[in-house]
Amino acid sequence: MVTVATVVIGAYGLRVARTTSDFLVASREISPAWNAAAISGEYLSAASFLGVAGLVLKQGVDVLWYPVGFAAGYLALLLFVAAPLRRSRAFTLPDFCELRLRSTRLRKLATIFVIMIGWLYLVPQLQGAGLTMQTVSGGRYQVGVLLVGIVVIANVALGGMRSITFVQAFQYWLKLTALAVPIIFLVLHWQADGRPALAPPAGATFAHSTTVVFDHSATLVRPDGSTVDVPAHTSVDFPAGTAIPQVRGGDVSSGADWLLSGSTEGGERRDRGLFGAYSLILATFLGTMGLPHVLVRFYTNRDGAAARRTTLVVLGLVGLFYLLPTLYGVLGRIYTPQLLMTGDTDAVVLVLPGAALPGLTGQLLGALVAAGAFAAFLSTSSGLLTSVAGVLSTDLIGRGSVRDFRISTVLAGLVPLALALRAGGMDVSQVVGLAFAVAASSFCPLLVLGIWWRGLTAIGAAAGVTVGGGTALAAVITTVVGPALSGWPAALIGQPAAWTVPLAFLVMISVSLATRRRVPANVGLTMLRLHAPDPLRL
Amino acid sequence: MPPEPLKRVRVVLADAAAPRGGGDHTRTELEEQTGIGEALVKGLVRTQLALALRCAAVVAVGLGTLPLLFAIAPAVAGTRPFGVVLPWLLLGVAAYPFLFGVGWAYVHLVERTERDFTDLVEKH
Repeated sequence: MVTVATVVIGAYGLRVARTTSDFLVASREISPAWNAAAISGEYLSAASFLGVAGLVLKQGVDVLWYPVGFAAGYLALLLFVAAPLRRSRAFTLPDFCELRLRSTRLRKLATIFVIMIGWLYLVPQLQGAGLTMQTVSGGRYQVGVLLVGIVVIANVALGGMRSITFVQAFQYWLKLTALAVPIIFLVLHWQADGRPALAPPAGATFAHSTTVVFDHSATLVRPDGSTVDVPAHTSVDFPAGTAIPQVRGGDVSSGADWLLSGSTEGGERRDRGLFGAYSLILATFLGTMGLPHVLVRFYTNRDGAAARRTTLVVLGLVGLFYLLPTLYGVLGRIYTPQLLMTGDTDAVVLVLPGAALPGLTGQLLGALVAAGAFAAFLSTSSGLLTSVAGVLSTDLIGRGSVRDFRISTVLAGLVPLALALRAGGMDVSQVVGLAFAVAASSFCPLLVLGIWWRGLTAIGAAAGVTVGGGTALAAVITTVVGPALSGWPAALIGQPAAWTVPLAFLVMISVSLATRRRVPANVGLTMLRLHAPDPLRL
Repeated sequence: MPPEPLKRVRVVLADAAAPRGGGDHTRTELEEQTGIGEALVKGLVRTQLALALRCAAVVAVGLGTLPLLFAIAPAVAGTRPFGVVLPWLLLGVAAYPFLFGVGWAYVHLVERTERDFTDLVEKH
């Protein structure tokens, strides 16, 4: 149904889109409220809608930094980037490079990173779609991936950005409703149940009698220490009130560890936990400004002040949304503990209403949540695809005509589609976190130094983006396909932002200082344009 | 990198249409990047950067010190105001209004800075 609605709204927008300029940036006529809802709708991805709750269910308090960071990224954007970026009249990051540093080579480099980050971010969206399809309809993972992939490619290729604004704004409110309505019922149900404890000291027990289907063989560890081996493709019945066993080797926190911080353990593990927390904070706080689909939106604001107001409203809307997934993860601890055993924690948002609430109510609310989940993939992947296809069509393939844009859309969409079909088992939120780390290590220093420091040179910027973004990208690839690591190497590679972001800043500043004579001659005028208040019209 | 051609084009009609107060003088200083104009822009950039950094510092102290606090003082992390364990209350709920509040204060303050600058340019 959501798919149908998105196509209908997309088609409506298609009728209104007339010229190329209209087609790509919706003629800059969008009000801050619409724009903010559209940005939020685009931003709240599969990671936010499914992944955050899944991580909370699995690991507890430590992962609350993900949603806080996803929201705080907009504050960093507001403080350091929003208004000057709008005044620079750059539509994409490559545009910004050329406007600020007058270098077409830097422009090409930025284009490559935009495409990389876009793809890295698109894969988990499609993965989420496959997972939703699998959970809701029992269909195959691949069917969900293909369906959402093709709908998005067609919609973007035919509608461009004007229609996307309507679609995205609609999607934000749909996503908020899809999580908010069921959670009211769920919390009331939890109250009526006598508010069962979330992490009882004696160990958690099943609230209802539950059948767990194991797709892979597993070893269950009972609270008394005894173990049971379960072969693959078997189902095990647990009556209500039985203690919940743990799966050996699973990355699941239990009891006090889940409720309080995992870093209460002390010693080296505590230090590694702290490092991971700070690295994640840095990546999400600073990565948002480097996400291609977020920046494209700023051009549709009337001026710098409107860009700031839009960002502030986004911060509010996104913050409001993030109150909800945490609650799903928490209640999932009581009503859907089987997910901890099967490892499908990302499905908690989809499964919870049906598992906790009896009968038709549970089914209807489950359908609502599934609709919201599809909205999440459709909107984020549409926005990402628009921006990736945008830079591809203007910088690498063609000259930015509407036809080039359509060809680029198909090309840009097929690569992540193929990747997502092959990668079923990765954690949705963590892949997204890695995309943030790459963005924070490449585009964040470029934007912040470009806007606030006259001394930046094109060579310095290129060196910083290459070294920072390159090491972060290498760390991501090692995490995804490399050998399993443990101890400090795992911490440093698994959450690279804490060292790659400072490294990128350091390289960018020192190389710029070394090539001081290459500072663009008109840097004063550029600075004036970026920072002069809008009413002056300088 | 070829140097940009230094042609200066003055479009008289558009200029006359632009609203202007008595601020021709400062405006010209700014547009032509004379010593005074450049100093004005540098001052403006510095003021706005300082404001942004101050707001970022508020967040760094308010949120950024929490992991460290929970790690070195587990007793604090175990307290339960309103029946909710403190880290959940702070990170799950309180962080969002806090971030919005900082953002709102920034927008308020930065718009004031910009008004002051606009007044300065238009009156001199």
